[in-house]
Amino acid sequence: MSAATHAPTTTAAPRSDGRATRRRRNLGDLPAALVFVLPATIGFVVFLLWPTLRGIWLSFTDTTAFQAGGFIGLENYQRLADDPVFWNAFGVTLWYVVLNIGIQTTLAVLVAVLMHRLTRSMVIRGIILTPYLVSNVVAAMLFLMLLDYQLGFVNEVIAALGWDRVMFFGDQSLVIPTIALVNVWRHVGYTALLVFAGLQTIPGNLYEAGRVDGASELRMFRSITMPLLRPYLGLVLIVTMIGSFQVFDTVSVATQGGPANASNVIQYYIYEVAFSRGYDFGYASAMSVALMVVLATISIVQFRLTRANQNDMA
Amino acid sequence: MTTTAPSPTVTTTPATSSGEAPRRRRRRPTAGRLLGWLVLALVMLATLLPFYWMLRTALSTNAALPGGAADPLPVGLSIEGFRRALGLATAAESLADGGSGASLDFPLYLMNSVIVATLVTVFQVFFSAMAAYAFARLRWPGRDVVFSIFLAGLMVPIIFTLLPNFLLIRDLGLLDTLPGIALPTMIMTPFAVFFLRQFFAGISVEIEEAARLDGAGRFRTFFTIILPMAAPAVATLALLTYMTAWNDYLWPLLVSQSDQSRVLTLALGIFRAQAPQSAPDWAGLMAATLLAALPMLLLFLAFARRIVNSIGFTGIK
Repeated sequence: MSAATHAPTTTAAPRSDGRATRRRRNLGDLPAALVFVLPATIGFVVFLLWPTLRGIWLSFTDTTAFQAGGFIGLENYQRLADDPVFWNAFGVTLWYVVLNIGIQTTLAVLVAVLMHRLTRSMVIRGIILTPYLVSNVVAAMLFLMLLDYQLGFVNEVIAALGWDRVMFFGDQSLVIPTIALVNVWRHVGYTALLVFAGLQTIPGNLYEAGRVDGASELRMFRSITMPLLRPYLGLVLIVTMIGSFQVFDTVSVATQGGPANASNVIQYYIYEVAFSRGYDFGYASAMSVALMVVLATISIVQFRLTRANQNDMA
Repeated sequence: MTTTAPSPTVTTTPATSSGEAPRRRRRRPTAGRLLGWLVLALVMLATLLPFYWMLRTALSTNAALPGGAADPLPVGLSIEGFRRALGLATAAESLADGGSGASLDFPLYLMNSVIVATLVTVFQVFFSAMAAYAFARLRWPGRDVVFSIFLAGLMVPIIFTLLPNFLLIRDLGLLDTLPGIALPTMIMTPFAVFFLRQFFAGISVEIEEAARLDGAGRFRTFFTIILPMAAPAVATLALLTYMTAWNDYLWPLLVSQSDQSRVLTLALGIFRAQAPQSAPDWAGLMAATLLAALPMLLLFLAFARRIVNSIGFTGIK
C-alpha cells in the first residue's frame, strides 16, 4: 500500500525524466510492481522454472515414481542411444510430424487464401474453427467411429465403391497417417485462421495493382502473397510443429501405441516408461530432454531458414 | 474489370482505404472463383460431417446400426445411448442394448471439469493480469529482464514440466484431487501474461494519469481503470483459458486416479476402454462424446466472434 502514498510524484516520471529526483526515478514503481508480479512470479518459479531445472537434473539420476534416485551420470542417455524402442518412437514421431504438418499447412494456406480472396464471412471462419473447440479425445472418438472397420461411414463408402474395407487404426502402415489426418481435421481451421490473420496484413492495393497489370490469381499468389506471408508462415510452422511433436491424446485414446509400436510416438513412450513400465522417471526425463533439444533445434533452424523475422519487401 | 461490376455495394463502400474496397466488390463468377467456393464448401462439409455423424449415431441403437451403417438418419431412433452415457440405464438395460454395463457418473465428471476449468481460469487470468499490468504500465528496475525470462517460458514444451510437476503435486499430497489438477496452470501461464500485457500497453496513459492525479493509487487504478478498459481482452483470454483447461487430457491422466477427480476427457477415454472391442457400444460412446463436447460447442456458439477474432493474435507470440 505504500505505493499509493508516493504515487502522484511518479506519474510525472515518464514525462519529465530530468526533473524527477534521481532516487525516485531509479526505483520507479518498484514497491507496487513487486506486489503485482509476486503471485505470477511464484507460479512461474514453482511450476515452470523449477520443474524445468529439476527435469534436467532427473535425467541424470535413477529416480523412480517411488524413490528419489542418485546421480548416475550419462547412463540414461547411453540407454537412450541403445534403445530400439526409443529410436522407433523417434522415427514414428518424425513421420507423424511430416504428414501432419505437411498436409495441415498446405490445406490451411489453401483455405486461408481462398477466404482472403473470396469472402469475409464470419460464419465460414467460425465453421472451420469448430473442430478446434473440442478436445483431442473427442476428435479421436469421432474418427474411431467414422473409420470403424465394420460400421464406419468411411468404410461403408469404400465398400460401396467396390473396394476392400480398410483397417485405418489397425494397420501398421496406415495408423500414423490416420492419426495425422485426425489431427489435421482438428487443427486445420485454427492454422488457416492464423494464416488468414497474416494475409490481412498484406496491403490490398498490391492486389489491385497486380490486377491492373493483368496478373492472374495464381501469379499474384506467387509474387505477392507468398513473399509477404513467408515470415508469418515461418512463425506459424514453428508453433504448430512444436505442438505436433507432442502428439499424445489421440494415440492414447485410439491405439495405445499399437499395433506393434507402429504408433508409439515419443510422448506416449515417455508416458509408458514413467507410468506403466518400470515407473522410471530418470529415463523418461532423459527422453524429455532429448525431445526438448530436438524442438529447440528445429525452432532455431526454421527461424533462420524462413527468416521469420523479416519479409522480402522490408 | 472493376468498373463493369454491377454491384450496388460499390457505391456504399467507396475506395476510402484502397486496401479493403476492391475485395468487397462483387466480381463476375469466373470458373476459378467457382472452383474456390467448391473447395471451401468441401472443407466445411468435411469439418461438419463428423459432428453430424456423432449425433446421428448417438440417437441410433446398436442393434440397428449394422443394418444401416451408411444411413444418413439415426437407425432405430432412441435415446438409450444418452441414458447409458449418463449412467441412467441399469446394468441389465445397458447390456441388453449392447452397452458394457459399466456405470459412469457423468454429472460428477461434468462437475469436476467445471470446477477445474473455473479454478484455472479465474486465478490464472487474475494473477496474470496483475503481472501484465506491472510489465506494461509500471516503471521499475529489472522489468524488462524479468519479462524476458517469463517470455522464455513460452518456449518450454509442456511435456518437459510434466514429470517434475507430478512429483511436486504428489509431494504436496494433492494427487487424485481437483486442486492437484488445477494448480500448475492456476497461477499463471507466460502466454496469459504476454497476451494481457499487449492490451494493457495499448490503453491510453492520459486516463490512467487523470485517475492518479485524483489520488487513486496503483491498485485502485488497476481495478477501476485498467481492468474495465481491457475487459474485452480479459474476457477473450478467459474463454481461451477455459477451453484449454476443459480439453486437457494428459495432465489430468497423470494426476487423477479415481472418480473423485475424474474430468470429462478422462471419463470418455475410460468409457471407450471399457467398451467391448469386438462390438463397441457406438451409440453410447457417441452419446458420451457428444455430451463431453457440448459445453465447448455451446460456449463457441455464444462467443464465436470473440474466439475467432482472437486467433490471429494468439497464435503469434
